[in-house]
Amino acid sequence: MKRFRLGRETIDVDAERSALDHAAAGAYVSFEGWVRDHNDGKPVLALDYQAYGPLALSEGDAILIEALERFRVREIRCIHRVGSLAIGDLAVWVGVSADHRDAAFAACRWVIDEVKLRVPIWKNEHYADGASGWLHPDGSAVDAK
Amino acid sequence: MKIRLLYFASLADRAGMSAEARQTLAVTPRGLYAEVAAAHGFTMMAERIRVAVNGAFVGWDHELTDNDEVVFLPPVSGG
Repeated sequence: MKRFRLGRETIDVDAERSALDHAAAGAYVSFEGWVRDHNDGKPVLALDYQAYGPLALSEGDAILIEALERFRVREIRCIHRVGSLAIGDLAVWVGVSADHRDAAFAACRWVIDEVKLRVPIWKNEHYADGASGWLHPDGSAVDAK
Repeated sequence: MKIRLLYFASLADRAGMSAEARQTLAVTPRGLYAEVAAAHGFTMMAERIRVAVNGAFVGWDHELTDNDEVVFLPPVSGG
């Protein structure tokens, strides 16, 4: 099973967690990113994620392999949803097992930050006022029609 | 030369399509972006965009070859 995956279906965290099992691991840290009902002061009703699949998978895997080299951890997995999501849905999950908690926390934090920076996935928010827009969070306006 | 382009997010919205095949004289992504930006009215500056050819990140001066798949990636917003 690939360490980084894109998912069209609900992420089954309990099932994914078993991939992190290791007899030497004394710590498990996970991050769950949820769809929230507001962004930048605007009410959000739902959102879509779009990915450039082949590059998202290879870049996501590269991040997890880098994390295995940078941190004293045993195993790492990450799944990012694509398609239409509702408020409260689990959009991204990162799980890390390690012998000790410090490395597990550090690696988990590093992975979600790198995924948000590097993996070609885009979020389209649907607002309560009927508008929608792709987010390109580098300080510039969304370039939509 | 013939290039296949994929568009995502706001660039796909602006182009009104998610993919196209183009005959082009451009030999680098830099030249190709100028061409498609003019064709589709993209206003996003190249500095904000990353380029992928055949599924891997490349620089703006990468040499294109016939039948390459080129993607101009606007700033990402996953997570």
